[in-house]
Amino acid sequence: MGLLSIAIWTPIIFGLVLLLFGRDQHAVVVRWLALVGALFSLLATVPLYLHFDPSQSQMQYVEHISWIERFHVFYHLGIDGISIWFIVLTAFITLIVVISAWEVITERVNQYMGAFLILSGLMMGVFAAMDALLFYVFFEATLIPMYLIIGVWGGPRKIYAAFKFFLYTLLGSVLMLVALIYLYVQSGGSFDLMRWYQLPLDAHVQTLLFFAFFAAFAVKVPMWPVHTWLPDVHVEAPTGGSAILAAIMLKLGAYGFIRFSLPILPDASHAWAPLMLGLSLVAVIYVGLVALVQEDMKKLVAYSSVAHMGFVSLGIFLFTPLGLEGALVQMIAHGFVSGAMFLCIGVLYDRVHSREIASYGGVINTMPKFTAFALLFSMANCGLPGTAGFVGEWMVILASVKENLWLGLGAATALIFGAAYTLWMVKRVFLGAVTKTEVAELEDVNSREFVMLLLLAVAVLAMGVNPKPFTDVMGSSVDELLRWASLSKIPR
Amino acid sequence: MINVSSWISISPEVILLLMTCVILLVDLGVKSLKRTLTFVLTVLTLLIVSVIEIMLANEGTVSFGFSHMVVFDPMGHWLKAFSCLAVLCTFVYARPYALDRGMLKGGELFTLGLFALLGMMVMISGNHFLVIYLGLEMLTLCSYALVALRRDHAASTEAAMKYFVLGALASGFLLYGLSMLYGATGSLDISRVYESISSGQIQPKVLVLGLVFVVCALAFKLSVVPFHMWVPDVYQGAPTAVTLMVAGAPKLAAFAITIRILVSGLLPMAHDWQQMLIILSVCSLAVGNLAAIAQTNLKRMLAFSTISQMGFVLIGLYCGVFEGGSADAANAYSSSMFYVITYVITTLAAFGVILLLAREGFESEEISDFAGLNQRSPLYAAVMAICLFSLAGVPPLVGFYAKLSVLQALLASQLFGATYLVIFALIMSLLAAFYYIRVIKVMYFDQPLTVSNVSAAWEVRWLLSINGLLILALGLFPGGLMSLCAQAIVKSLG
Repeated sequence: MGLLSIAIWTPIIFGLVLLLFGRDQHAVVVRWLALVGALFSLLATVPLYLHFDPSQSQMQYVEHISWIERFHVFYHLGIDGISIWFIVLTAFITLIVVISAWEVITERVNQYMGAFLILSGLMMGVFAAMDALLFYVFFEATLIPMYLIIGVWGGPRKIYAAFKFFLYTLLGSVLMLVALIYLYVQSGGSFDLMRWYQLPLDAHVQTLLFFAFFAAFAVKVPMWPVHTWLPDVHVEAPTGGSAILAAIMLKLGAYGFIRFSLPILPDASHAWAPLMLGLSLVAVIYVGLVALVQEDMKKLVAYSSVAHMGFVSLGIFLFTPLGLEGALVQMIAHGFVSGAMFLCIGVLYDRVHSREIASYGGVINTMPKFTAFALLFSMANCGLPGTAGFVGEWMVILASVKENLWLGLGAATALIFGAAYTLWMVKRVFLGAVTKTEVAELEDVNSREFVMLLLLAVAVLAMGVNPKPFTDVMGSSVDELLRWASLSKIPR
Repeated sequence: MINVSSWISISPEVILLLMTCVILLVDLGVKSLKRTLTFVLTVLTLLIVSVIEIMLANEGTVSFGFSHMVVFDPMGHWLKAFSCLAVLCTFVYARPYALDRGMLKGGELFTLGLFALLGMMVMISGNHFLVIYLGLEMLTLCSYALVALRRDHAASTEAAMKYFVLGALASGFLLYGLSMLYGATGSLDISRVYESISSGQIQPKVLVLGLVFVVCALAFKLSVVPFHMWVPDVYQGAPTAVTLMVAGAPKLAAFAITIRILVSGLLPMAHDWQQMLIILSVCSLAVGNLAAIAQTNLKRMLAFSTISQMGFVLIGLYCGVFEGGSADAANAYSSSMFYVITYVITTLAAFGVILLLAREGFESEEISDFAGLNQRSPLYAAVMAICLFSLAGVPPLVGFYAKLSVLQALLASQLFGATYLVIFALIMSLLAAFYYIRVIKVMYFDQPLTVSNVSAAWEVRWLLSINGLLILALGLFPGGLMSLCAQAIVKSLG
């Protein structure tokens, strides 16, 4: 068993063991076991990074075992500079989520923790799969734990949210399945991605396949106008669910664009790039404006996620190394920052049981330590230099200015809107005098929450001050991918 | 002259028949209300028979017996082995339920069930129109009686009436169609029928007329639209234990006779029956899934879900014949076989949970009866959730690979409109996902109406857990069963 398999299956096995604990009388054991599982799975990803060779553009830690002989499907794993950080990020955020749920979740603790650990392993599988069917299985399997997480531990309209999440994303991926089977048949019976990269396809077919993949990945990202599920789901999901959803799950869609659409369908990707750039700009500008008027903190951060993911899709469809690297950095940064934002809202919600901005005001007076963290994450969310949020946005803006001044100008407005909605929320929630009795009775973060926020703060600052470890590993893999994306595959 | 090899090959059926007679006699002396002795003997018989079938299947040879009346091939042996195991599971799940409802006053549940199984095995082996018809009648007559087993129960009797009238009509169709084919070709032997049709000297009008009747009858047995009217009523009206008996193993036999008659016998007329199958399949997918959404009764919902699942099986049968490769034909039929086997495994577990939750005087067949099951018993809620996600075709459960292999075969056939049919089937399975996850919603998100724990006999608990795990395990490692089906089809159909 290779290192990648260990990283993927450690959390899943821990999760399955947790599910065997029947009732809540063992809650304490369950929590510690979940923490150990999350720690182990984070530790399992460390050697992946340490032994990674950034100069290589090929897949590393490759595992290639026959899985379904009849269909020539292989258990084929591998990571390159594009995917390595997502594996680490997934394990890290899962650890944070386990800590965040500690005494907040009191019902069916084992199922909650188990679902998150299994989900974590499945998502790592998505980032590591080099066989299209394996990718699809991991991609779809994430729906099951997430559906249960939203539905069992969610808010008042959890059932609506869970159904919307499940059916919306299933609709998208069903169309992708058609594309996958089509490519399988066309390539003479192979689900191997590397083989698909070399498969000639004419322009018409490429367009159809492009939109089939678009249906799956755009819903997941989510791109405007198929983003409408995200605010509903975020609002109703439990804190941990929102954090995982924003931090990792949205990245599955963007990762899909990078791994499937660009190299397999280069001509269609280029042909439809203007549309994608347009949709991304709408996400950045229009959804940014929508975020401005939200009354609900979670909804505000959800819309801000859509806007930030707009940057990602913008960077991807510029087809330049700078743009793509910027998109990747932005994805990782957004993983830290949005996760942290949702956890901060969770900290407030656990105390006051309200997500309305209007129920707060002057939180800084009663929770100074917490406010310091929240302020840092908010600054990162609006892209302040020195925080993680800045690096990716700056790279994408730079790349788009090189492409077209107006494009760059449009993208740059996001910084203004981002600052506007984030800072306005900060002002209304944290600053000013205490007017509500609930706020006056607030207690500052306990040591568990402090550790959780500290870990995230360190990550956000470290990435902002020194993004080199993140960008260094990407270089050659991004060049290789763009090389595939620039070769025309239309047969002559 | 006694043909020894024929008798060896048919030994499982002979053992089953003898043991059923023995059980019938032994049961007369059983005083215990639980009928433990009858039950144990039944289970042992089924185990022995299935083991012999598996051994025969592993030999991998094709032979004919009793002057070409029956055929012994790996496909048949595997289907018979799976039928035995399915009936075994049915009995284990059904016994506590039947006991609570006074259905064990006599041993009929077991003996009729075993005779029905014998009918299925005869159907699966039949290489002769009359043998197939005999097996079919044996199966259905036992089924009618089983459905009416609670004779003091109005819904059950009504269901039996409906089943009998419509089932008799379908048998009539089959017999009429077969007689047409006999009239046209002058033979009842499936291999001879194939030869004489291939020769091209047969009057096609009579043949096609016969074919229409035969396909109608097969559609009835496979429960596809528009011959599905009996399915929801029988599923709902029959005692749940018997519903499982009707819904599980007989689908394997129905699949086998469809392959025998349409593929082994009437392959030269594929162009005609393909058109019929495709219409049946599209209608089943649409009607089954749309009607299932409106159901509040879980058994009825599963009935409509069966109809739609059989639509997928028909897709696999439809796309086996096209210009070019025979390897792809085997691919298509084996995907259907894989589909039908996994469907039976999943159905067994789903009905197993329904049977388990039913108590004396309480049927537990409304979807709302499952409210909060996760709080009452996480294990059985998990088994049911696995079944439903599998039926919905969500990976990594086995139902996904079944759909995938059928749709892959369809797309690879490049038949006219294949791509649109694939998209249609997937959109329909999206609709299906809605009603399956609605049941999961009830089990996991809603509050339970009662807080009582769920208790079950040890054998039910273990078998149900294994059954649920099997669906998951086959989802993680589907390769074995897929290759098994593929090899069985390749060897059997040559």
